[in-house]
Amino acid sequence: MPDTPQVSPDPPDTVYHPMTGAEGSIIEIERFNLWYGDKQALFDNSIDIQMGLVTALIGPSGCGKSTLLRSLNRMNDLIDGLRLGGAIRLDGADIYHRDIDVIGLRKRMGMVFQKPNPFPMSIADNVTYPIKVDGVRDRRVLQETVERALKAAALWEEVKDRLRDSALGLSGGQQQRLCIARAIAADPDVLLMDEPCSALDPLATAKIEDLIDELRGRYTIVIVTHNMQQAARVSDNTAFMYLGRIVEYGKTKTVFTTPRSRRTEDYVTGRFG
Amino acid sequence: MTGGRRAVNLEARGEPFLWGMGGALSLGVLMILGFVLLIVWNGLITFYPKPLRVVHLKDGTRLAGEPTRAETYKPPAQRLESLSPEERDRMRERGGLAHRTLYRIGNYDFYNEDFRWVSDYQVERWEAPREMVFVERVEWGPFVGVVQALTLGDTTLTGEAALGERLHAAQAQAARRRARIRRIERGEIGAINHRMEKSRLTLRGVALKAGEDSAAYRQALARGEAQAAELDAAYARLAAEAAALKSEDARYTITLADINGREKVQALSEIVRIYPANALNLFQRMGVYASRWWEFLSAEPREANTEGGVLPAIFGTFVMTLLMALAVAPFGVMAALYLREYARQGRLVSAVRICVNNLAGVPSIVYGVFGLGFFAYIVGAGIDRIFYPERLPNPTFGTGGLLWASLTLALLTVPVVIVATEEALAAVPQSLREGSLACGASKWQTIKYIVLPKALPGIMTGLILAMARGAGEVAPLMLVGVVKLAPELPIDAYFPFLHLERSFMHLGFHIFDVGFQSRNSEAGKPMVFVTTLLLITLVVLLNATAIFIRNRLKRKYYVGHF
Ligand SMILES: Nc1ncnc2c1ncn2[C@@H]1O[C@H](COP(=O)(O)OP(=O)(O)OP(=O)(O)O)[C@@H](O)[C@H]1O
Ligand SMILES: [Mg+2]
Repeated sequence: MPDTPQVSPDPPDTVYHPMTGAEGSIIEIERFNLWYGDKQALFDNSIDIQMGLVTALIGPSGCGKSTLLRSLNRMNDLIDGLRLGGAIRLDGADIYHRDIDVIGLRKRMGMVFQKPNPFPMSIADNVTYPIKVDGVRDRRVLQETVERALKAAALWEEVKDRLRDSALGLSGGQQQRLCIARAIAADPDVLLMDEPCSALDPLATAKIEDLIDELRGRYTIVIVTHNMQQAARVSDNTAFMYLGRIVEYGKTKTVFTTPRSRRTEDYVTGRFG
Repeated sequence: MTGGRRAVNLEARGEPFLWGMGGALSLGVLMILGFVLLIVWNGLITFYPKPLRVVHLKDGTRLAGEPTRAETYKPPAQRLESLSPEERDRMRERGGLAHRTLYRIGNYDFYNEDFRWVSDYQVERWEAPREMVFVERVEWGPFVGVVQALTLGDTTLTGEAALGERLHAAQAQAARRRARIRRIERGEIGAINHRMEKSRLTLRGVALKAGEDSAAYRQALARGEAQAAELDAAYARLAAEAAALKSEDARYTITLADINGREKVQALSEIVRIYPANALNLFQRMGVYASRWWEFLSAEPREANTEGGVLPAIFGTFVMTLLMALAVAPFGVMAALYLREYARQGRLVSAVRICVNNLAGVPSIVYGVFGLGFFAYIVGAGIDRIFYPERLPNPTFGTGGLLWASLTLALLTVPVVIVATEEALAAVPQSLREGSLACGASKWQTIKYIVLPKALPGIMTGLILAMARGAGEVAPLMLVGVVKLAPELPIDAYFPFLHLERSFMHLGFHIFDVGFQSRNSEAGKPMVFVTTLLLITLVVLLNATAIFIRNRLKRKYYVGHF
């Protein structure tokens, strides 16, 4: 792990509103800093993510939303010259602790990417990939997983007759739902989504949004989006980020209707960004 | 549009460059086409039977032969002096040039030459008599002449009766007898020799291990002697059988005569093929053509490789290329995997990459020297000392052989595989890797299930390129195990069946040897083209197979399974 530099001295000036959520937080991000080489990308980010709810990360391009999201399942580990400060805790355990098993961590966090990235295999093999790498070979379990995950991703009806066909033959929207099915196949606790609809048309987007609505409660979802309406529609809590800092965080309704920060107001009303 | 603007546009559109590029491309394509056509045409016509001519010369002599090629040349001045005045005038008209034809006269045992040039001015007239025959023999090259008599045991046929069906039947029989003698001499007696050698080596092994005055040695000695006696008896029996067959065989002969009436009695079994060149119809010609091709592909070479077949060379090339691919594939792929997926991308890796790329440019003979010095003399000698001490001082692995040749070529082609594999790995989208890792797959699982299958077509392409290069390489092989005539094939019926230590024949080296190293390079020339055609065909076939497999894999992994 990269060595931990000094946490930046300036006090965080984030505006915190009350949050939706009763069950408590599953992820706690505390004064999290991140550097790509010499360039700092995240500054003193501190938020709690509520269990079973949908949390949206919004903000102008390049403000560090993806960086923060990818820090949650340690996908940034692949990058050379990465340094971190602060802590991220999942169920109270620091995920950057030396003893944490990264692979186990990623199994608890499904991830859906901006562009659909189905593997060049059959639809069924795509869905069962996460449990197969886990060593599951029992045909019955595999079949059940395919059906459950595809049903949960609202794709089952469309593909149940061609599970053995290549996943690359699906449409973009179907591919993205397949990726969601794959992300939830191993039954994770958290679902991370990085602009999952940006490559899709409005109809496919609506389907994914409905899906997110259905998954609410079963999974904790963190979603990065550029689409204000989408954030307003699907999320319970919203964090607005600007230049690597979290500017405002709280109930989506509050952040969108009565933001306290000037920047947030400008952004959510579309005056910049 | 004004002229000035058009001129600017012309240059701006890069049209002169376009013409240049198009011209370069078409020139390249033309050169390749011409080359392929030359090889294919010359390779295809070589085995077609040519007519025989009897040429009457002005000095009263005659000669008979196959016209092989003709050319215009400038005769030396003193030659002109000896010509008649009108001949000289005619020659002067043509600028002192004369025309001449090369005849394949055969009968090397009579004339000590196979070919003779005949200038047109020497010729009185020529004819193509129907009774002339072209005889391909096991030894001494072809015979050109007429059949005088056919002796089949106690009966002797002459004239028309000596030709035709009877001759064919008798010749087929003789060929069978020859095959049987060969089977006894090479096969069965060879097996006895093999067992004798084995028992000698066992004895020597015991001597080396236990010492010459141990009980074990005496026991082994007694056993060895008993076996030797038994083998000797078997050998005597077989030798007698072979001798009987031979003396029987000697009763079937054919009497041939050359154009000047000089007779030659030839055992029928020593004749490979006999045909009246001027009396064949198209169908019969095609028969001769086909049978020559069949012999070429399925038989062993004769007459210092200039005649007969190239089966051992085909076999050697094929086995060596396959072994090379088997060696280079895992080696190259693993090296590339490490370089691209595991090694920290930095200055050291860049340096290694540059070295790998430069390795591809090292002259291949250098690899040959390295292969001989390292594989044969160091590794091979070590293996001999440890595993085959009883055979020393005769080297087993300590000299050139199939294994070392394959490994040398694998070394030669490994840069190709590494570069191609690295490119294929780099072309696998990062999003797929991330997707796999995000599913909780380890790095190795990601490589195994996602990256490698996706990169496999590219890797196969590299392997195909490597095979094409390896199959055509000759220079390093001359140092590490290719010979002009291998006594045994590298695969046979004796354990361990695949003999990696044996030297072998190779089509590429065969071309060099036949065309430029033999006593009679004129006779070898057509074989150069045929063998080249064959080598190219073999390389194309190997590549086509590899491409077929690659496309199958592509389709398979498109709907991949675990
Ligand atoms: N691998 C990397 N190496 C160096 N800098 C990076 C890397 N990835 C991102 N950055 C930088 O970090 C900052 C935050 O990037 P990030 O991708 O998190 O932004 P984002 O909010 O997701 O933007 P977008 O909305 O356009 O996706 C940017 O300034 C970017 O240039
Ligand atoms: Mg992003």
